[in-house]
Amino acid sequence: MAVVNTSPPVLAVEDVHLSFAGVKAIAGVTFDVGPAELLAVIGPNGAGKTSIFNVLSGVYRPQRGRVTFLGEDLLASRPHEIAAMGLARTFQNVELFHNLTVLDNLMLGRHHHFRYGALSAVLWRGRARRAELAARARVEDIIDFLELEAWRRHPVRLLPYGVQKRVELGRALAMEPRLLLLDEPVAGMNLEETEDMARFVLDIRDELGIPMVLVEHDMGLVMDLADRVLVLDFGRPVALGSPAEVQRDPDVIEAYLGGAA
Amino acid sequence: MTEVKSAADTTVPDIPTGRSRRVRGRPLLYTSYAQDMALLDTPAKRISTGLLVVLAFSLSVLLADRSLEVLAGAYVLAIGAIGLNIVTGYAGQVSLGHAFFVAIGAYTAAALSGPPGGDTIGYGVAEIWIWLPAAGLVAAAAGVLVAPLATRLRGLYLAIVTLGLVFLGEHVFKEWQSLTGGPGVGREAAVPRLFGYRLNEDGPLGTKEQVLYLLMLVLLVAFAVAARNLARSRVGRAFAAIRDRDIAAEVMGVPLTRYKVLAFGISSFYAGCAGGLLYTISGYVEPGSFSLLMSVQFIAMVLIGGVATVSGAVAGALFISLLQPLTRALPSLVPVISADTTQTPNVFQVETVLYGLLIVLFLVFEPRGLFGLWVRARNYWKTWPFSY
Repeated sequence: MAVVNTSPPVLAVEDVHLSFAGVKAIAGVTFDVGPAELLAVIGPNGAGKTSIFNVLSGVYRPQRGRVTFLGEDLLASRPHEIAAMGLARTFQNVELFHNLTVLDNLMLGRHHHFRYGALSAVLWRGRARRAELAARARVEDIIDFLELEAWRRHPVRLLPYGVQKRVELGRALAMEPRLLLLDEPVAGMNLEETEDMARFVLDIRDELGIPMVLVEHDMGLVMDLADRVLVLDFGRPVALGSPAEVQRDPDVIEAYLGGAA
Repeated sequence: MTEVKSAADTTVPDIPTGRSRRVRGRPLLYTSYAQDMALLDTPAKRISTGLLVVLAFSLSVLLADRSLEVLAGAYVLAIGAIGLNIVTGYAGQVSLGHAFFVAIGAYTAAALSGPPGGDTIGYGVAEIWIWLPAAGLVAAAAGVLVAPLATRLRGLYLAIVTLGLVFLGEHVFKEWQSLTGGPGVGREAAVPRLFGYRLNEDGPLGTKEQVLYLLMLVLLVAFAVAARNLARSRVGRAFAAIRDRDIAAEVMGVPLTRYKVLAFGISSFYAGCAGGLLYTISGYVEPGSFSLLMSVQFIAMVLIGGVATVSGAVAGALFISLLQPLTRALPSLVPVISADTTQTPNVFQVETVLYGLLIVLFLVFEPRGLFGLWVRARNYWKTWPFSY
């Protein structure tokens, strides 16, 4: 699927630099994500892929650069404000709320959609009750979409790893995001689970039309799913283009396999 | 789901969210999310809770006044324990300073309802519907002031700082004699008066103990239901998210600082109300009672009852309070243990050791407390005669 540059990008990252003391984690990365595009970010370990996600979700503050999301400056916002703007993410190592049930984890994803306050919550009448019931109906849609019905009432700490990854994806979807960041969604999964996850990712793009940024080490998955691929090495951008272009790029081959000399 | 704008506050037309029909003979078949999300979602829960409430009310005529007094105190402590469970159990912010907030509530209530122009500060507002919310709100304000510490400190560090509050409070309450009457002297506690009718005297409704018992029972039910509702709302979920994984909670849209402040505020409100009520039973407040031991007692109630459950906090409070009459009977049974505080193996030391021992035993063998024991028993009978 070729990206047509008719509408403005959802996310625009311009010349972002991030360093921890002397270590340059990100050095001048620029890219954008179009509507309904699936951009993959790949690179060897320590290339700065997860650091980019942490910059986007407001956990890290870059020293230089600009990030705009739907026309708004991201770098001036706190993480919870960024979430409310419609940016959702999953984590490389599952970061679920382990004592809560699958249902409650997904309901928490809808936190910023609720408008009622603590007093209304205490009475559980009117607005709070209506909002909770409506949210439950929407969360059930996601449970249905991700085939989580069997696990609904289980605390997530008791679930198998593959299911936990799926719950995390569901929690991000429950936020009704306008951009979804997926940090290694199939890490540690077997072939069958990987194919399930790939199917969900494609469904999210095709049925829900949510643009995505995907960080992944599974090259087969990346090359099959991504519209464009951004390659990083030691925080520097090496290449950006379609999967076929990137695979032929000599700089990419050098980054992964080492130089000739 | 494809809609981008939030539609959470508008009801979805094709989904039954309001009233729904019950299918005869199928009590566990839900036809709406409202049924599925109800607090008492099974007939068994509805019947047993109903029976429990009826039993609790009928105890007011079945039990002797002395026992009612103990139970009324236990109910008030349960309100305080629910409060501690909100900040420590649900929101995961360890607080050893609960006694401090209880004290603030107790003195706010006592000062508001005390007679004007006496030895200690008094404003003569004895109506309970004024001084009880006021006690809660002043304590909540103190909680909100302390809460910013929780945004800077975590775990043990927060526990130590909140521990400092107790010592700070102990000193202030001992020295501020115009408010507290000073150590060893104390002052008259809040007087519960409802529309001119004194609730702590024998009257047409029953004896002093019966009326106070019913008052505390009604208030406990109200506070407990409120806490359950809060726990299953967006606020309770946000608390639990902060407890389980705070960075992820923030990335999911939960403002950490606001919710930590809210947790301390609500918890202190409960503590303040409990403080205001607690001493109406004995009619007397002594500044020395708001010590570390009281905070530990509340922690023990939460840990023994069950962390992050309202029914657990109530069970823990009842357990600890009903333990006290038993330990106080020890000196007559075991002559080595003395009832005098100046003697060395005395009954108060035995109590302290017992609380510690119970906390350790529960943490090792059943970290979910009495609530966990109940869940085990329930699951055993649910699947009986099969083990799973």
